[in-house]
Amino acid sequence: MNDSSEKQSGLSVLDRPNSYIGKTVPRPNLGRLMQGRGQYVSDMVLPRMAHVVFLRSPYAHARILKIDATEAKAMPGVIAVVTGAELAKVITPWVGVLSHLKGLKSAPQHAIATDRACWQGEAVAAIVATGRALAEDAAELVSVDYEELVPVTDMRTALDPETPVIHPELGDNLAFERNLDAGAVDQAFKDSDEVVEAKFVFGRHTGVTLEPRAVLADWNSGEERLTVYLGTQAPHMVQNIAAMHLGLDEAQVRVVCKDVGGSFGIKVHIYADEMATLALSKLLRRPVKFVADRVESFNTDIHARDHVCKARIGVSKNGTINAFEIDDVTGIGPYSMYPRTSAIEANQVINLVGGPYTTQNYRARTRVVFQNKNVTCQYRGVGHPIACSITEGLVDLAAQRIGMDPIEIRRRNLIRDDAYPCGSPSGLKFEALSHHASLDKLIAMMNYDALRAEQAELRKRGIYRGIGIASFIEVTNPSAAFYGVGGARISSQDGVAVRLDATGRVICQTSITEQGQGSESLTAQIVGSVLGVSMGRVRVILGDTDNTPYGGGTWASRGAGIGGEAALQAAKVLRKNILDVAAAILQAKPHDLDIIDNAVVDVQGGQQRIELHELARVVYFRPDTLPPGFQPELMATRHFVPREYPFAFTNGIQASWLEVDTQAGFIKLLKHWVVEDCGTIINPQLVDEQIRGGVVQGLGAALYEHCIYDERGQLTNANMADYLVPMSGEMPDIDVGHIVSPTLDGELGAKGAGEAGTAAAAAAVTNAVNDALSPFNVTVTEIPLTPRVILTALGRI
Amino acid sequence: MTNPTPISLTVNGESVSAQVLPRLNLADFLREHLGLTGTHVGCEHGVCGACTVRVNGDIVRACLLLAVQAEDASVETIEGLSDSGEISDLQAAFQNRNALQCGYCTPGMLMAAQDILTHEPQADREQIREHLSGNYCRCTGYHAIVDAVEATARARSGQAR
Amino acid sequence: MKASAFSYTRASSVTDALDLLALHGDQAKVLSGGQSLMPALNLRLSAPALLVDIGAISELRGISESNGVLKIGALTRHVDILRSPDIAKHAPLLTEAIAYVAHPAIRNKGTIGGSLAHADPASELPACTIGLDAIIVVRGRNGERRIQAADFFTGIYETVLSPEELLVAVEMPVAKSNSAHFFHEYARRKGDYAIVGLAASGILEGDVFADLRLGFFAVGDRPLLAAASKHLTGKPVTASMLADAQAALDAELDPQEDQQASAGMRRYLARQLMARCVATLLGRPELDARPRA
Repeated sequence: MNDSSEKQSGLSVLDRPNSYIGKTVPRPNLGRLMQGRGQYVSDMVLPRMAHVVFLRSPYAHARILKIDATEAKAMPGVIAVVTGAELAKVITPWVGVLSHLKGLKSAPQHAIATDRACWQGEAVAAIVATGRALAEDAAELVSVDYEELVPVTDMRTALDPETPVIHPELGDNLAFERNLDAGAVDQAFKDSDEVVEAKFVFGRHTGVTLEPRAVLADWNSGEERLTVYLGTQAPHMVQNIAAMHLGLDEAQVRVVCKDVGGSFGIKVHIYADEMATLALSKLLRRPVKFVADRVESFNTDIHARDHVCKARIGVSKNGTINAFEIDDVTGIGPYSMYPRTSAIEANQVINLVGGPYTTQNYRARTRVVFQNKNVTCQYRGVGHPIACSITEGLVDLAAQRIGMDPIEIRRRNLIRDDAYPCGSPSGLKFEALSHHASLDKLIAMMNYDALRAEQAELRKRGIYRGIGIASFIEVTNPSAAFYGVGGARISSQDGVAVRLDATGRVICQTSITEQGQGSESLTAQIVGSVLGVSMGRVRVILGDTDNTPYGGGTWASRGAGIGGEAALQAAKVLRKNILDVAAAILQAKPHDLDIIDNAVVDVQGGQQRIELHELARVVYFRPDTLPPGFQPELMATRHFVPREYPFAFTNGIQASWLEVDTQAGFIKLLKHWVVEDCGTIINPQLVDEQIRGGVVQGLGAALYEHCIYDERGQLTNANMADYLVPMSGEMPDIDVGHIVSPTLDGELGAKGAGEAGTAAAAAAVTNAVNDALSPFNVTVTEIPLTPRVILTALGRI
Repeated sequence: MTNPTPISLTVNGESVSAQVLPRLNLADFLREHLGLTGTHVGCEHGVCGACTVRVNGDIVRACLLLAVQAEDASVETIEGLSDSGEISDLQAAFQNRNALQCGYCTPGMLMAAQDILTHEPQADREQIREHLSGNYCRCTGYHAIVDAVEATARARSGQAR
Repeated sequence: MKASAFSYTRASSVTDALDLLALHGDQAKVLSGGQSLMPALNLRLSAPALLVDIGAISELRGISESNGVLKIGALTRHVDILRSPDIAKHAPLLTEAIAYVAHPAIRNKGTIGGSLAHADPASELPACTIGLDAIIVVRGRNGERRIQAADFFTGIYETVLSPEELLVAVEMPVAKSNSAHFFHEYARRKGDYAIVGLAASGILEGDVFADLRLGFFAVGDRPLLAAASKHLTGKPVTASMLADAQAALDAELDPQEDQQASAGMRRYLARQLMARCVATLLGRPELDARPRA
């Protein structure tokens, strides 16, 4: 801290008597959510509101020959039936590319398909009616003539010459390719005593937010303004995109984000059907609401993962890892998602493989291909679970090959805790990580040796349990390096405005958003701590482009680190301003004053001088009593973006303890541990719960979640009964521990924590399963780890 | 008939009469006719549990019950349980434990949690996990929810935590 | 999604319901607990013209025992079965099995009659009725039919019930002092439909099965009463008898492939369940030899 008054008191915002930073305090917004008084977009109703239902292509790839809506338009309650061509008159298409992903290409995508549907579920017409059920009734009467085209469904053959090209104008089905060759890979493999290879398969899965995507668009023709109520993680991004494609000025678009029923990256995008809803509101000059039903959610919410990666590791008998090499392919659907693109996940896989380890020898290739399935894009943990599963899977295989304990091989190869700053062969820069401290803490938490003894004892009785370890790094606090440098108007900086109101309470507007992570809480905690104001007196406003500073929002584990730092800086300015006012009123020197518990006090002795509500009363109602020429400023705004490092990397390690029923192929999770290092912890409970929630999403990927397409591109399990997500009955208790290495790129020192749980959970489980099955000489490198996968591996079926 | 049908029932202790289409399910009736939007709709096919309400004292999926089937029934929603104070301790435990994040599952989860606390007041963690296993939460990973329900069970039965 | 439009009527009695069904034929659907019908309606997989709600017919409720026969009314809810001391005493297999059926909120509405009439081959209760040698009682305007459970189910969601008949009750012999039962299913998560399941009951004379009824489910288009049990009765079970029974079971299964399992996996798991059942009922764990590395 460099504030002079605080230097005098010797206290930083972290250890002031009324500091909330580092303390578990309940989130301020829970009451309304628990009482059913939240307001989600799906709850909202506006006067003259109409409902839109989208008629969606039943084919993965088909030409639209003719749409006949005559009968549908005559149905009671139907307001309009709009085709893609008709809607294209009010909204322009887009292409999801970023210039820094060199060579990334995609085709123009329309809000509603105009002449061709490219995946099962792509909208081909919109039916707008006075009610959702009526619109669905009418949708059944819209007849569409399709010419079914050959679908491209298998990513492994998408680049074969005999495979049709989905967008002929692009030349081939290759959206993006990246190659990397660092160090001396061939020599390193040659020097290795053992080279272990494996093929890793990652199923396609999706976010399954409990509230489906929902948007309510209200074009007010009198104001010539569009208000968009949307459950989104990035309001300003949506404002920009909506304005650009609807031919509006950004000032004509307001995006409001109220309560959001789960996001996880699913709601950081703006979807074609949402864009269509905005266009329909403008076209029909009335509010139009779209709420995806669950089947639509599965067919159109972005999917993720779906990678097949051949990989190998070179290791010496002494445990030294000499090199990693991967050859990855992923299928992203027919378009690169706009505006964040669908190449980021593959790019991250290349960036992150081998990340925790010292070896600088690394070769990688990824190919990102088009296919006629739903679009994939950024979902919680982007690339991390894949990179981590590959890396940690290889490390365990190498350890097994040379007969070394999984802990020991990691000890010998994880980057030393005193080696920072340093970099990775893929060009990542690490400021300060704590792999070894994390490993030590994990071993203590899980009582590793005792667990190994228990495992050995049970194995004698035919009970097969396994321990799986997975170290990871996580990208957080992204600077402009993610999107801005590629030309996307997605802000990497965030802003916070703080003001003292006339009753001495604080109102704080922030550009980060809340979807349950605790953005509101952490902002109030920071502001309250810096100002010396009770948290209960700090009100946080977020999610409204008209009423918050401009900024990125809440995604990529950035809310606390970037939005939190902006809040800290804004509150510091306001604090100084308040003390200037107090000094003027009290005829004292600002640096002799402090604010504690909602009152200005003397630094020396702590005697209360003036309460904040009294100070505010003077400023707002009796400014005539202030010294001539003195202008109080009880509102302050600051913005922040990290500048020293493109990303603030965090690290951690996870462990899984589980039992495999080798007769039936079922896996029972018994316990899970996480040690992570997100730097300064603002609210320990919120961090722990982010970790736990993230872990369980990773466990879902490991055991259950899978978008299963058939060879014709039909998603065959697009409902909640057939797409399995983790439920309480099968999930383990999860212990979380922390190491704290603050980032110096900012005063707060906080890094992100939202995706760390997801990053390594599947890797830990897969390694544990392979540990459990090691007596059978079986290795599984495919998720989800279904009973069928296990029984097949064991040769039982 | 497919025409609106009159129904009379009690919702959160208040008498309600309405004309509803036979196809209207109870969740949509509560949300759209009565403005009780605390009952959430997550899947509409009875899997996610977000629409869990109490009908005649039993928890049910409101999306799997027609409004016309609720004739003469006593329906209780999260708004009713909150206003009566019946679950204020459980809600406090959820708050203290941060057993909710986005909050979308929470009304249904509280309904299911209150159900086990009523029927199996001595339930252990495994029984709690099993009882809640029809209610999907995507945010928390369930651990905190189980903690909060367990803490409430212990507090209600007068045991130290 | 929202359900298609339909008409709705509440039957006041079985006679009233049968009159309505006779009038509307297959345009009508019976609404009991609705826990399978409502999802189908909401997903527009089913669009009947009329729903006949039988939920208010009190004569279809209740559990009673007389003369060694346990009778369960069609409208008896899963939760009623779960909590019934009569069922726990006279048909403990049902008490055990019902806990595997979905989740509490579903069990509070779902009925035994609805579950049996729906005839999902992966659901628990149809197999239980087979395992317990139950009689399914159906009524039409021309009177009552009493159908052996093993003859009732004819295919996926298909039974011998005609669109104009109503399933009114299930009857089964009460458990004897030397009755034994076994229930287990392999399911991905608690409350999910089974990948393979087994509802079994037997009569034990000493260490010998005098009778053994094995009701497998999720192994074909309907629950299966395994004839293979004949290899296990009448004399003390040996490993080779069990192997013969498993082979015979394999021969009579016709499992389907789906996202959870291949046909071969279902055959494998059914054989495993048979061994587990026999070992459990006889208290001979060695018959259920778990794989060792």
